[in-house]
Amino acid sequence: MAPLLIWLLSLIIIPHIDMFILSLQEKVAPRVYETGFSNYAEFFTEPLYWNTFARTALMSILATALTLLIGFPVSYYIAKMVRGRVRMVLFLLCMIPFWVSELVRTFGWMILLRETGVISSFLQYIGLTDGPIEFLYNDVSIMVGLVYTSMLFMVVPLVTTLDSLDNSLVEAGYDLGGSGFRVLRKIVIPHAMPGIVSGCIVVFMLSLGNYLTPVLLGGKDSLWFTEQIYTQFITRFNWEQGSAFGFLLLILSSLIVWAGLKISRQTLSNTMG
Amino acid sequence: MTDTPTPAIDLECVNLTKTFGKFCAVDNISFSIPAGSFFSILGPSGCGKTTLLRMLAGFLEPTSGELTIKGRSMLGVPPNKRPVNMVFQHLALFPMMTVAENIAYGLECQGVDKSEIAPKVKAVLERVGLPDSGNKRPDQLSGGQKQRIAIARCLVLEPDVLLLDEPLGALDLKLREHMKVELKHLQNQFNTTFIYITHDQSEALVMSDQVAVMNAGKFEQVGTPQELYYTPQTDFVASFVGENNRWRANVANAHQGRLDLVLDSGISFQGIAANDAQFKTGDGVDVFVRPEAIMLSKTPMQTGEFDNILEGEVDCLLFDGAKSRVLVKDPSSDHELNVTLPQTGEFNDLQEGQPIYLGWKFDQAKCFAARDGQAGA
Amino acid sequence: MFKFKNTFSGALVAGAVLATGVSGASAETLRLLTWGGYAPDDVIELFEKETGIEVEVTVSNNEDMISKLRATGGSGFDLAQPSQDRIAGAQYEYEIYKPLDLSKVDSSQFISSMLEGTKKNTSVDGKVYGLPHIWGSSGLVIDKSKAGDVKDYTDLCNEAVSGKVSYRLKRPTLIGFAFSMGLDPYEAYGDLAAYQKILDAVEEKLISCKSNVKAYWTGSDALINLVRSGEVTAAMAWDKGGWKLNEEMPDVTFVAPTSGALGWIDTFALPRKTKAEDAAYKWINFVMQPKIAAMITASAGNFTASKGADEFAEADLKARFQDSFPPEAIDNIKWYPPVPAGIEDLEGKVLDRVKAASSN
Repeated sequence: MAPLLIWLLSLIIIPHIDMFILSLQEKVAPRVYETGFSNYAEFFTEPLYWNTFARTALMSILATALTLLIGFPVSYYIAKMVRGRVRMVLFLLCMIPFWVSELVRTFGWMILLRETGVISSFLQYIGLTDGPIEFLYNDVSIMVGLVYTSMLFMVVPLVTTLDSLDNSLVEAGYDLGGSGFRVLRKIVIPHAMPGIVSGCIVVFMLSLGNYLTPVLLGGKDSLWFTEQIYTQFITRFNWEQGSAFGFLLLILSSLIVWAGLKISRQTLSNTMG
Repeated sequence: MTDTPTPAIDLECVNLTKTFGKFCAVDNISFSIPAGSFFSILGPSGCGKTTLLRMLAGFLEPTSGELTIKGRSMLGVPPNKRPVNMVFQHLALFPMMTVAENIAYGLECQGVDKSEIAPKVKAVLERVGLPDSGNKRPDQLSGGQKQRIAIARCLVLEPDVLLLDEPLGALDLKLREHMKVELKHLQNQFNTTFIYITHDQSEALVMSDQVAVMNAGKFEQVGTPQELYYTPQTDFVASFVGENNRWRANVANAHQGRLDLVLDSGISFQGIAANDAQFKTGDGVDVFVRPEAIMLSKTPMQTGEFDNILEGEVDCLLFDGAKSRVLVKDPSSDHELNVTLPQTGEFNDLQEGQPIYLGWKFDQAKCFAARDGQAGA
Repeated sequence: MFKFKNTFSGALVAGAVLATGVSGASAETLRLLTWGGYAPDDVIELFEKETGIEVEVTVSNNEDMISKLRATGGSGFDLAQPSQDRIAGAQYEYEIYKPLDLSKVDSSQFISSMLEGTKKNTSVDGKVYGLPHIWGSSGLVIDKSKAGDVKDYTDLCNEAVSGKVSYRLKRPTLIGFAFSMGLDPYEAYGDLAAYQKILDAVEEKLISCKSNVKAYWTGSDALINLVRSGEVTAAMAWDKGGWKLNEEMPDVTFVAPTSGALGWIDTFALPRKTKAEDAAYKWINFVMQPKIAAMITASAGNFTASKGADEFAEADLKARFQDSFPPEAIDNIKWYPPVPAGIEDLEGKVLDRVKAASSN
C-alpha cells in the first residue's frame, strides 16, 4: 500500500495540486499576478476555446463509435470464429502497427494520403482521376488516423470479454428461437458490455488526449484541445491558462465518461473489474 | 403447435451419418421415438452421442441421411426454426437476465403477445415448483433450481421434442439422485418427448422408457432398461450397462445354446449363448456374469443346486452399504470375481484369505463371440 | 511566485530537462541549448581537442528555449542561443538569464555594428544579456516557374497560388503581413492598443486568404518536403530553407519580399544558473574565429556575426545570398526590435483565431 501511496502522491496528486494552484493565477500584467478564476472564465467566455473543446469531444466520440463498429466484428471473429494459429496471427495483425511509434504510423498515413502520395498517384495511374487528389488535411483523415491508432485498445478488451462468453449461451439463444440479431442484442452485447464500455473509455480518452494525429493529419483547419494546451504552455508561455485548460479537460472528459456510464447503465467497477 | 392429434412417432432418423474429415462420428444410425416417451442415448464419452444430439438440435447438418420431426424433414432447418429445444450440459441460463426474462426470451422470439407472456411465465414457474423466483438472477439459484428453470425455459415453448445434454453431470450425488426422479416427473407432467444423452447408465436406466446404447458412432442396442440389463445383445452392452464379471473362455462343447466352457487356467463351467448365437467347439467367447447373480456360501455347496460351483478365497471386501461387494480369487489361476454381498448379515464377518464357495446357474453366464475372434489366452 | 513556478516545472518538463540537468553536472561539460546546425560535429571536435571540454547539444527553438529555461528557473543548460528580440522580454518576465561579463569576450571578433545593436536590444536594467552569433532573415520561398508573381507576403493570397501556399502560424507571419499591408508593427510595439489594431487587420487578412493555404508548416523539414513534392509553390520561410532547396531545384529560391525581409539575429545568452560559465565564454570566443565561423555557416546555412568570416564562406552560398538580396533589399531588412512583454499574449489569440477560422 505504501509504495502505491507514494507513487500516487508524488507523481499524480502533488503535480495536480501544483497545477491547480497555478491555474488560479491571473496574469494581470508582466510579473504581476492575482488569484482568481479568470483563466477558467476565459474558457467559457471565449467561444474559440469552448468550440475547440466541443469539436474535440465530438470528434473523439465519433472516433470511439467508429472504432467500436469496426472493432466489434473483428473481435467477435477473433474470439469466436477462429482458433489456435489463425487466431494468434489475426491478433498479431492488430498489434503490429503498435510496434512502431505513433509518429511513424502517422507519417505512414501522410505518405498514403497526401496529394503526391501513394493513393492519389495510384488513382491517376489507373486512370480514375485526371489530377492529383488531396486526401490529407481534413477531418476525415483525422478520423482515419484516430480509429487506426485506437483499434487495438478496443479489440483487446472486446476479445477478452467475448472470449469469456460461453458458446452454449449463444447456441441456447438460437435454440430458443432467437434470430442472429436478437442473439447479438440480447446475449452477446449485454455480455460484452463491460468490454465495450472499457474499450470505449480508453479509446475516447486516447482520442481526446491525442496530439500528433490531429495536428499532422488535420492540417490547417484541425483544432484539437490538447494542441491548445500545448500552445498555451510552450509557445505562449501562458502556463496559467494552460493549467486551467488541463483541468477543464480532466473535468469535462470525466463528465463525458460519467455520462456514458450512466447511459449504458454500467458502473466503473464492473467495467474495470 | 397445432391441435392435430399427436402422431405416434415424434422424431425419426434414417441412415443418419455425420463425418468430420475421415472420422465418422455418427455412423448410419436409424431410429424412431414415439411421442411422449423418455428416450435416452447412453454411451461413453467420444461415442458420438453429442454429435447426434447437435444434429437433432440443428447445430450440425448431417453428412447424409434423413431426420424428421412429426413427419417434417428438418434438413436445412436452422436451430431457431426447429420445434425442438435443448437443455444444455451447463444449462446455459442467460446470466444477464432474470429468471423470468430467461423464460420469456423464447416466447418473445416466437412473437407471443406481451400481455400473454407474463401469465405463461408465471404458470410454468408454478409447474416446476418455483413460483417466487421470477425476479431472481440465475446465480442466486441452487443447482437443482437452475436445472428446473432451464427445463421450464424450454417447456414453456411447448416443443415437440426436448433434448437434454447430460444436464445432471454438474450436480452432486444426492441432488443428482433427486433430480432423476424429478426429471421423470416433469416429463410425465408435460408429456413431452425427452431425448436424454448421458454416459451415466444409472440416469438412463432409472428415467427412460427406451435406451439406446451407443458406441463408436453406432447404436449397439435399443430397448427398455430391463431388456438392456437382462438380455444385452452385444458384449459392449453387457459390459457397459450395469456391473459384470467378464472372462475370456473357449467353448469345449456346445449343445442347444448350453455351452461347456474352459478358462485357460483349466477351470471349466457352463454358460449360455446370448442372442441364440451358434458356437462350435474351440470358439473363443467372452463370458459375462453379473455380481448379483452369484450365490455366496461359507460352506461347500451341493451340486445340482447350481450349475457352476467354484471354490475361492476372499481377496478383498469392498464395503459400500447396500452395494457392498466382495472380490473372490481363485488361488490356482488368480482369476478374480466380483460378487454382491447379500445384506442378510451372514457375511459381515468375512476375513481376507478365508475360503469361500460360489455358485451360479448356467443361464446367468452369457457368452458372446470374442470381439477379436481369438480363443482365450 | 517564481519559486513556486520552479517546483511546478519539475513535474512538467521532468523528462528532458532533468535528464540533461543530471548528466551534465560535470564542470568539464558545456550544455548548449541551440538551433540545428549551430554546433556541427567538426567544430565540437576541434573545441574538445583545444580545451578538453565536452559539448552536449540540445536542439531547440525560441519558444522551446524560453519554456525549458522557465521550467527550471534557468538551470539545466550552460549556454543558450535565443534570438535577440526574444531576450529582454523573457528576462524581464521570467528572470531566466544571467548578465554577460563582456570582459571575457573578445569583442574584436564581432562585426561591431551587429555587436552594438544586439547589446542594445538585449539590455535590461543596464545589463547586457546577449551577444550576436548568427543572423538571417525570413521572407518568401517560391517556385519561380509557378509562382513568379509572388513578390510580397500579401501576394500569398493571390488566386494563382490557391492551395499551394504554406506558412508558419507564428508571430513572424503576423509581422510580415503587417509590413506587407503597409502597416508598421514595430512602431506600435510600445502601444498595445495600436498594436491590437494592426493585429486585427492582419487577422482579417489571414482568415480571408486561409483557403489559399495548403498547410501550416511547423518545422523546416516539413516545409522543404512540401515544396520538394510540388504541393507547395509559395511559402513564407527562412532564407536558408530556400537556399537549401535551390541546390536541388533551380527554380526554387528565397526571395526578399518587397516590403522587406524580417531580419533576425540569434545570440549567445547565459542561463541564470549556468554551471560552466568559463566554458561558455571559451565556446563563444572559439566559434567566433573567422575560420570556425565559416564552418558553422556551412552547416547552419546562415552567416555569422564574425568579422572576416565572409572570405572563408563557400562561394555557392554567397552567390545565393547575393541573388536573394540585391543591395537595396539588404537595406530594407526589418530587424526585429526587442519584443515588449505583453504583446505575445495579443498575438497568441490572433493566431488561435486564425487557426480556428473556417477556410471555406
